[in-house]
Order: sequence, then structure tokens, then C-alpha cells
Amino acid sequence: MKEPLGATGLMLNEPLLWEKGKKGRCAFSLPRRDVEPRPLDRELTGEGPDFPDLSEVDIVRHYTRLSQWNFGVDTGMYPLGSCTMKYNPKTNEKQASLPGFTGAHPLLPADLCQGALRMMFELEQYLAEITGMDAITLQPAAGAHGELCGMLLIHAYHKSKGSQRSKIIVPDTAHGTNPASAALFGYRPVPVTSNEQGMLSPEAVAELMDEDTAGIMVTNPNTLGLFEENIREIAEIVHSKGGLVYCDGANVNAVMGIVKMGETGVDVMQLNLHKTFSTPHGGGGPGSGPVCVNKHLEPFLPVPRVVEENGKYALSENYPESIGKLQAFHGSFGVMIKAYSYICSMGPENLKKASQLAVLNANYVKEKLKGTLHLPYDRPCMHECVFSDKDQAADNVTTLDMAKRLMDYGFHPPTIYFPLVVHGAIMVEPTETESKENIDQFIEAFKAIAREAGQSADLLHGAPKNCKVKRLDEVTAARKPCLAG
Amino acid sequence: MKKISELDLPDDIRYAEDHEWARLEGDKIRTGIDDYAQDQLGDIVFVELPQVGDTFKKGEEFATVESVKAVSECYLPVGGEITAVNTALEESPELVNKSPYGDGWFVEVKLNDPSELDALMTNKDYLEKLKGAE
Amino acid sequence: MLYLPHTSEDIASMLQVVGVADLDDLFATVPEDCRFKGDLNLPEQLTEWELNDRMAAFSNTMAVSPEYKVFIGAGSYEHFIPASVSYLLGRSEFVTSYTPYQPEMSQGTLQAIYEYQTLAARLVGMEVATASHYDGATALAESLLMAIRVTRRRRVAVSSLIHPLYRQVVRTYFKPTSYEVVELGYLENGLTDLAATDGMDDLAAVAIQSPNFFGCIENLQAAGEKAHDRQALFVASFTEALSYGLLNPPGSQGADIVCGEGQSLGIPCSFGGPALGVLASRKKHMRSLPGRLVGQTKDLDGKRGFVLTLATREQHIRRQKATSNICTNNSLCALAAAMYMASVGGAGIRELAGLNHDKAEYLKSELKKAGFKIPFGAPTFNEFVVEFPEGFKATYKRLLEKKIVAGLPLASYYPELANHCLLCVTEVMSKEDMDKLVREVKS
Repeated sequence: MKEPLGATGLMLNEPLLWEKGKKGRCAFSLPRRDVEPRPLDRELTGEGPDFPDLSEVDIVRHYTRLSQWNFGVDTGMYPLGSCTMKYNPKTNEKQASLPGFTGAHPLLPADLCQGALRMMFELEQYLAEITGMDAITLQPAAGAHGELCGMLLIHAYHKSKGSQRSKIIVPDTAHGTNPASAALFGYRPVPVTSNEQGMLSPEAVAELMDEDTAGIMVTNPNTLGLFEENIREIAEIVHSKGGLVYCDGANVNAVMGIVKMGETGVDVMQLNLHKTFSTPHGGGGPGSGPVCVNKHLEPFLPVPRVVEENGKYALSENYPESIGKLQAFHGSFGVMIKAYSYICSMGPENLKKASQLAVLNANYVKEKLKGTLHLPYDRPCMHECVFSDKDQAADNVTTLDMAKRLMDYGFHPPTIYFPLVVHGAIMVEPTETESKENIDQFIEAFKAIAREAGQSADLLHGAPKNCKVKRLDEVTAARKPCLAG
Repeated sequence: MKKISELDLPDDIRYAEDHEWARLEGDKIRTGIDDYAQDQLGDIVFVELPQVGDTFKKGEEFATVESVKAVSECYLPVGGEITAVNTALEESPELVNKSPYGDGWFVEVKLNDPSELDALMTNKDYLEKLKGAE
Repeated sequence: MLYLPHTSEDIASMLQVVGVADLDDLFATVPEDCRFKGDLNLPEQLTEWELNDRMAAFSNTMAVSPEYKVFIGAGSYEHFIPASVSYLLGRSEFVTSYTPYQPEMSQGTLQAIYEYQTLAARLVGMEVATASHYDGATALAESLLMAIRVTRRRRVAVSSLIHPLYRQVVRTYFKPTSYEVVELGYLENGLTDLAATDGMDDLAAVAIQSPNFFGCIENLQAAGEKAHDRQALFVASFTEALSYGLLNPPGSQGADIVCGEGQSLGIPCSFGGPALGVLASRKKHMRSLPGRLVGQTKDLDGKRGFVLTLATREQHIRRQKATSNICTNNSLCALAAAMYMASVGGAGIRELAGLNHDKAEYLKSELKKAGFKIPFGAPTFNEFVVEFPEGFKATYKRLLEKKIVAGLPLASYYPELANHCLLCVTEVMSKEDMDKLVREVKS
């Protein structure tokens, strides 16, 4: 296609739900009443909630219009660094919506839910194989929930050794969830600075690691898109002081079939099924954050655990050292089905290929754009690369301006202003599911924007022009919060 | 953002390293954040203040200021007991941007040790420090 | 491969740009001793047909309606979901988008979540609801931590009639902290014994679930007064959101924080997840809320628009000082709930909730007539406890063979309640289904 992607089209305005209802309408077919009314004590009953009354047509138009104001992976390239916005295969959705799965009650006797238990058991095995770890829990609901689980496991492990440690080492490139998860249970995050190459040095870790430090939280590949080359040495330093290594596995999409994290000294890590394993993000969730551990942490995993005996599956609570439960039931089962379905559809060779192509795409973007945007760490990257707005500063154009302008060109912007160690960071993760043509178009768009920055910066300051709304007043939103209508 | 030469740094108040100011009013000190800090933070959307009666040592965190995407801690430039807080900031945090030394003040402190005030920078020293950091 | 668009020519020309010889060379920065040399030991790739067969085989082993009649609720409820909700929820602009960090490209999600926040707040009678949490149990744990932050106290009193699995989650979250969880016992009528809070000091919160785990409707107002007597926050938990179509919402009964499970609102049981954690509070506590919030504002042209707001509470800005570590929430489930609440409407939800109540009352009275004991006298919504005679286990098994799951046996959660079952009836059960259950347990 010769024309740029971004175009304008008819977009419809749509009021808030309660601005369009009318008493007497309903979009719900009530079942036939086959029992007598038995009124409850009036003291216990209220007026009923103040919900609008709408017809089915009202509802369908409302949400169809709203959906058209959104941009998803199905709309176009979504190179959001650290988020792995890869294509979400449609067969996953089909499998997850099978009536036997959607209709299943979580407290069914084991004999009546063998298929679900078997799927979970096998998914655990697959994830253990991919990560090289010994045991898995599927219970955590998201990546941050997995981190929380990991911190609880580390805490329980030290407690079982009779020690109470108070600190945990967290690199300055970490996701905000890392220090937040650590602090939730009283660990004091101790920051460690990455070196000029954007990596952790064993010396820096050795300086901080002591017998009051529970361990370290490492993201690998890290948020600069670089593989932590010293991971084994760092793990040895941490282990020698009795600490444990937590790996934030948010970026495992770079290394499937290439690195088994369990073989690099990692003791515990979370995976994000909604990143690496192609389950959709749903506008912010639901996700699923399985936690993988080594043998010595297995006794502490949450319950219940899926167990197998002679081809029969069951849920077992019989783990006296377990940290307990992280959700009422078994985790985001519906998300697990999609990840299972993805792994089966891909097979071992294609999983490896996916990682290879994800890394190829990121390096290609890096090479093609490094003359246009400043590249603070010029070395081979993994699945994502980080630029900055340094070269546009003279034109008074910022990362935010370029990000907003990309929308007019028909792309979702990359992650911006993260990681914090790069001023004005632009973090691009194309993922393996973008073709060369799509990526070339993205690169051309960015080059065009950089040219505009030099010639007509106002175009960027006023961007986006083609979206449903222009830039929004976030200051007033925060000063005078209006959180409900 | 303002150039250093454009900053408003009155000469009747003292300045702390972390960009708080202090002004003696009777036996009390009034304090807030200075023009440099409010300018760096941008539009301030919320100020979290301590309660009257709380006591702090010099340099202790006593408040936080929030812009849309950042949170900064504020450190009390002199030690003492909080005797008043600027409740107007609850509804109008923008006062900190508009009038950092006037209506945008944070708290009033009953000073423990008057020498702590003398140890703070004058506007000249502070300006030199800012220039040095540039 | 369907999802990998690269041709071998693409790969060759891209490798050339990058300046490496082959795909393996891309990983030159990964040290040799970190490299995995073998092949992943995973099952061979399946075709779409093979995958369909395998998943259908798994799905077919599951005991679900209409083949099975499952009388279990206990935090996961089978309710009718309109086709329009499932259809709209499948729109890929909603499904395949990320968290709405770029508001100009995410107004659909943002307005929809703002509408969800509004309807959820109205349902429970509060001023502010968050954009969602993982489930009812984590929402409760986060609410209790929030009460501790707000009151700066260290102890929480939790009713023993809050869902046992929710309490287990709370204990898991609290174990490594120095905070204390005290459980409140229950009375003969199936309601929480509130007297135990008298004289309790350092209390941050009193937490009660209504309808409680036994299905009984608690006296929320009395619980609120007890909490406020001790200057603690009153946290009202729930597992059956639909009940507030009929019952007094906790906000009208003095609750400071309301938290619970929204699965009943258009989200299938799905073996327990994903679910929907609802968390709402008074506006004065909004800056202590954990999790995302959407707010209304205007764009440069003065047009109405929506953004994520009060983000300084959250981990990506405040890091270790954040109000929670939560990042991903259950946005799509919140969207389903908003669609459901809008579809059923104000008049519809009242009628639907009434029907749930009336059907459960019918089964209760039929079981009573058949000679079974209803041990707790307090009024219930759509769940209740039945005491069956000694040796009921065998009957329960026999019923399973007839594709009836006769409720949830309570002995593993409350050892004193051997032979007691918690039964649930929603609008999907017909009178005929209930009559059959009574006939079968009697015989």
C-alpha cells in the first residue's frame, strides 16, 4: 500500500449510558416465573439500583460505537515496549468459549471436571519445559500478582530456614510493580544502578548483597531490551549469601527455546500469559501470571495444586508448608485455555521461531531508526529497543509529541518515558507477528515525524488530529476528580 | 520551564537544599516549596499535608506534592511542631503554582531551634547553588 | 505458520540490515553457558482441526448445564447471559487493546470503564468504584490493607461467615506482615456474632459479608455501628452481586468500603476465573484506593473525554510507596458487567433478583416439607444451608450419577457442620429441576 495507514472516517458520537435510557425499555429476557412471589422483609430490601433502562438495539449501538473509538492489535501495529502486543489467535477465543469450560463451576467434584484439570496439569508441564523450572502454580491473576506470589514464596523459604530478612535488591530499570510487590510485605527495596552498558554488574550486586537481603528481582531480558549477561555470576553471589533470585519473566518472549531461565540460576519467576503466550490484554486485563519455581521452593506453592495419579486428576490441599491462596478459586482459567491452545498450535519449533523473529524485528527497527532517533545503548537487543528524544530536543519536540503524532499515522505509540534510566525513553517492541511490510511502514512513519519535528513542530504539538478526541486535560482530571456520573 | 534568571527568589526568606523555603513570622515559621520546585513539577494536582500537632525533625519528610505523573516528597526545612496547615490547598492545589510564597504556603511550624533557620541559604547562596547545578 | 508472517526472503533481507548471518547469531549477546542447546520437549504442533478435537474432548468431560443440574453457588453463580453481551464483548477493539495509557486511542475502553465505575458504585450504594480487581477475595484483602492505611491501625476483625476461601486469601496476604486478623464467630441464626468486637482496640476494620457464606442476610447497619464505635472502617464484602438488585446496598447501611465478586453480572463461571473484583469506597478515601481509576475530563477543543487518573497512587509512579502493586486488572470482565447491568436495567435487575430469591425460597420450603432441617433461621437470598440426615454422603454420590450436584458439602470448611450442604438456586433452575432434586434426596 502506497498511502499512509492513518486516515479519517466517520466516527459517531455516543452519550453516556444513562443519558439515553427511557423507563419501560429492557434488553434482557427474563425467564418465565414458575414459582410464587415470596416477599422479603421490607426492612431488608432497598429501592434497587439506579440503572438506566435501554433496549437491546440501544446497547448494541452504544458498545459498537465505543469500540470504534478504540485501537487494538486487530486494528494495527501496537509496538508497546514491555507489553508484548502480539497477535491474539482467534482459535484461542473459540476454545475458551466451549460450553464445558465457560459453564464449569469451580467447586465441582474432581470426577466431574477432569478435562479442566488435565488441561491445567499439562499447561504446567509445558511451562516448566519452556522455562526449565521444576514446578508451576497457575493461580496468580496477572504479572504483578505473580510477583506478589514470588515474594511470599521467598518470605516463606527464609522463614523455614529460621531467618527474617528485610531487604531485596531491585535494579533501577525494573518495572514499578517490582518494588511495589516487594514493599507490600515489608521488604525494603534496595536500588542497584545498571552500568554504562545498561546491565547489572556482579560488583554492584556483590556490594549490596548481605545476609539481611532476601534476594534480588531481575528482569531478564531487562527493560532496555538487553540480556543480563552476568546473570549466572549474579545468581552465584546472591546464593552464596543465602539469598534467592527472582526473575520478572515479562520479557520471556525473547528467549523461548533459546534460554531456559531455570538453567541461569533463577529460583523463581513469573510468566505473563497475556504477553508471551498470546492471550489478549482486554483493555487492561484479565491476565494470568503463573509462577515457576525450583525444587527447593516447591513446598511453598499456593494450594490447591493439580495432581495426577494413574491418569486421574485431582486438586490437592495437602501441602502443609504452602503460602496459602492467592485467589478464591484456581486463577484465570479462561486465560489458561488460550495459552494452552497457543502452545499446542505453535509446537516447539514455532515457539523458538517466534522468539527469533521477535528479536529479528526489534533489531531491524533499531538499525533502521537509529539515524533518526537517539539510541542510548547501541548494542544488539533482544525483543525490544529503547530510543530517546535527545535529537529532537533542539526542535522543542518531545517523546510525547512524537508518540501522539504516530497515532495520526495509524500506529499505536510505543511505551514512552520508561524505563526511567533513559530520559524521554521510546521503547519499541514490534513482536514477531508484525510482517516486514508493517514494520517498514512504521519506520517510515517515524522518519516522517522526525522530519516534521524539524520543519513544523506545531504539527506535533497539536497531535493527534485524527482521533476521536484531541489531547485531554489530565491536570483538571486529577485536581477535580470526576470518577462517576 | 523557567530559566534560572527568571526565577522569583525573594530576599526576605531562606531556602533549603531540597527547594523548600522558610519565613519567620513571629515565633513561627511558614514554609512551602519555592518557585524553582513548582516550576520543575509543573501543574500541581494534589498536596498531602501533615496534621496540626505532628512534630518533625529538620529534614524529615512532612508532605508530598503530586503532578499528574510524578510524586515528590517535601522535607521540613526546620524542626518543630506543626501549628497550622494550608487547608485551601485541598480544593485549590494550583495555588502552589500561582503563588508559592503567598497563598500556596504549606504549613506553619513552631520552631524548636532558631539556629536551624539561620543555617538555611539566603536567596543569593541559593541562586549560586542552582547555577552550579545547571 | 499462521501467526508468523515472515517469508525466508524477508528474513534474509532483515538479517542483512541487522548485520548478522543467521537467526542464531541474533543471540550472540547471550552467554554460551546460558544457552539452551536442545529442542523443547513439547508435543508436536497441532493443526486447527486437531486442536478443536482435543479441546472439545476436554470440554465434554465437564459437568455443566443443561446436562447437569448444579446446585452450587458459594462465590460462583450460574446466571443467564444475554447473547448481545457475549457478542459485544467479543469486539476485537475491546479484546485486543492494552491498558488505556494513550487516551486519544482508547476512548472506547475509557468511557466503558467510566460507565462501569458508575454503575458498580450505584449497585453497592457508594460514591467511587475502581476500574476492577482480580476477584472478590483479592478485593477483600486489598480493602483490609486500605483500611489499615487509612486508620494507621494494625488489626482487622473478619466475620467467620465471609467466604472461607476469601479468608484464606486474606490470611495469605497478611501472613508476612505484622497486621493481625481476628475472626468473629457466628450465632445460631446464621449471622455474625458482632459482640466480639466490643473492647477490641487498634481496630482498623470490621469486615462482614452479606449475604454471608450461609446465604443469610446480615444486619449491616448494626455491623457498621459496631465498627464506627471503635473508629474502625466498616468493610462490606459480598459474593453475589445480583442480591443488591433487591437488598439494601451496603453504602446505605454505613459501609466505608464495599468489596466483592461481580461474576454474577454477565461473566460465566469459567471454572472460577477470570472473575471481577469490585472495590468501592466513599469519595473521601479515593486517594487511598488501590488500582486504576478512570475520570472524566475535556480535550483541547472542550469536548468530553476520559483518562486514567489519580495515577500517582499506583506502582508505575509511586513504586514501593504505591497503594498496591496491582497493574493488570480485569478490565474486560468489568466491561462485561457494565454491558450486563445496562442490559438488565433498573427494572429488570429488581425482578431478576426477586426471582432468584423466590425460587430459592421455594426449594427451601419443599425441602422443609420433605423433612429436612434448615438450621439457620435468618432470611436468605438465593443460597441456604440444609442439614441432611447421617450418611448423606451416599445419597450425594447417587445423585451425582443422576447428574444432580446437590450443593456444596460444608464439613471441610466448617467441621461442626457435618452432613450440611449449601444449596444455591438462581433463575436458571426451573421448578421442575427443584422438584426433581427434592424427590431424589428423599428417596
